[in-house]
Amino acid sequence: MSSVLCPEIPSPGFSFENCHRNAMLEAKGLAMPKAQKTGTTIVGIIYKDGVILGADTRATEDTTVADKNCEKIHYLAPNMYCCGAGTAADTEMTTQMVASQLELHRLYTNRVARVATAKQILKQYLFRYQGYIGAALVLGGVDSTGPHLYSIHPHGSTDKLPYCTMGSGSLAAIAVFESRWKENMDEAEGIQLVRDAIAAGIFNDLGSGSNVDVCIIRKGSVDYKRTYDEANKKGEKQNSYKYAKGTTAVLTTKVVDIEEVAVRSIDLERMDTA
Amino acid sequence: MSLALRPSFPDYESVSKHNNFNPYSDNGGSVVAIAGDDFVVVGADTRLSAGFSIYTREQSKLFPLSANTVLGCSGCWCDTLTLTRILKSRMQMYQQEHNKTMSTTACAQMLSIILYYKRFFPYYISNMLVGLDDEGKGCVYSYDPVGHCERRTFRASGSAGALLQPLLDNQIGKKNMLNAKEEPVSKEAALSILKDVFISAAERDIYTGDSILINIITKDGTTEETFQLRRD
Repeated sequence: MSSVLCPEIPSPGFSFENCHRNAMLEAKGLAMPKAQKTGTTIVGIIYKDGVILGADTRATEDTTVADKNCEKIHYLAPNMYCCGAGTAADTEMTTQMVASQLELHRLYTNRVARVATAKQILKQYLFRYQGYIGAALVLGGVDSTGPHLYSIHPHGSTDKLPYCTMGSGSLAAIAVFESRWKENMDEAEGIQLVRDAIAAGIFNDLGSGSNVDVCIIRKGSVDYKRTYDEANKKGEKQNSYKYAKGTTAVLTTKVVDIEEVAVRSIDLERMDTA
Repeated sequence: MSLALRPSFPDYESVSKHNNFNPYSDNGGSVVAIAGDDFVVVGADTRLSAGFSIYTREQSKLFPLSANTVLGCSGCWCDTLTLTRILKSRMQMYQQEHNKTMSTTACAQMLSIILYYKRFFPYYISNMLVGLDDEGKGCVYSYDPVGHCERRTFRASGSAGALLQPLLDNQIGKKNMLNAKEEPVSKEAALSILKDVFISAAERDIYTGDSILINIITKDGTTEETFQLRRD
């Protein structure tokens, strides 16, 4: 039995209890709510000393910009990060869950988790839900076997690649990689290439925009550069839109005498440590 | 078992399903117009897009119909092309028949009739006709796709129309403000508010951006101005 004082612990996993009801309502013509999608450009490359991940920072809700500076490069483990595109809640929750699994794995084995492990957890999880978890991911990291970069599709298929892109701006970004990526690039060159690929998405894809985030993962160190580049400067307003005092109408005023409110002190009780 | 959950077997379906062709596309874009006592300013962004891609960053959506009348269009670009082609020829026919240029108010009435003529297969356009009326005052006519017409002093339409109209209501219409002075808007003030509302629209509407083209109409004629917006 659950009560306010002792809430029932929900069973793990998703709740499907409203599925039949929702299908019936939908058949009767009720429009289902839409989840926030991040029309996105996310990329990753392998360079001389590790992996560089990049992402734009726009989240859209249909044709309006819902978030102008959202974070799309998620933490998985000290040596691993993961860019997410698709349904915002799915990428966020999936990476959080895998991050916790990897931390437990690291404590249990006492070793740095491998990127292939994270890839396998992610793809098995996504495959189980047959694409209904709308997460398209770019996973990058460095482990004992070197740098690794994977792209993971919502249905659970994965590719191991030296450079990859995902999201609605993936075509604009891959064009930059196809023309300029080469093996064993140095770090400055790699960061510039990732920036340019994300910028191509920001300017040519309407679902992507605002700033460029970059995350550099080397063996033993990580450099997360949030807002590495502000691709677009915000327009400068011509006028000031400050309102004069008293512009907003006051409809009613009510003064409450503070002494009418009773204040009762509660004595501290010592914790039972017997 | 409810009807919605019954499995479907496409090979055994007896009724053929056909995908309906959609003749319209939404190419986005926003138009804002503000009228004053002896002038009218109209601005339209220059981005032409469809879905998640940009077709061009420098497409004018303002069409001069006469020396003191301009039409701003946003919506389905192919319909805009057809409508403006028809309007141009109708303007010429009027000129040659009556040996005078059609007035802005007459243009406004004609546009309404042309739109309603296509009542059951409308031009998918948000139109905004601006100019100077017979007394030389600035006027803005806004339309729905099937020809409803209304004269106002300021109006925002297109993909960011719903975003911008409340801002204009407040800043130019002086709505929801106590002690606000009701005074006619100056040309300079109208121009700066127009630029500012487009800066805001470019922040939140993915179909508005790149730059704006502004037409300023006074009794001395029409002048053009451009203003850069963000390009993402």
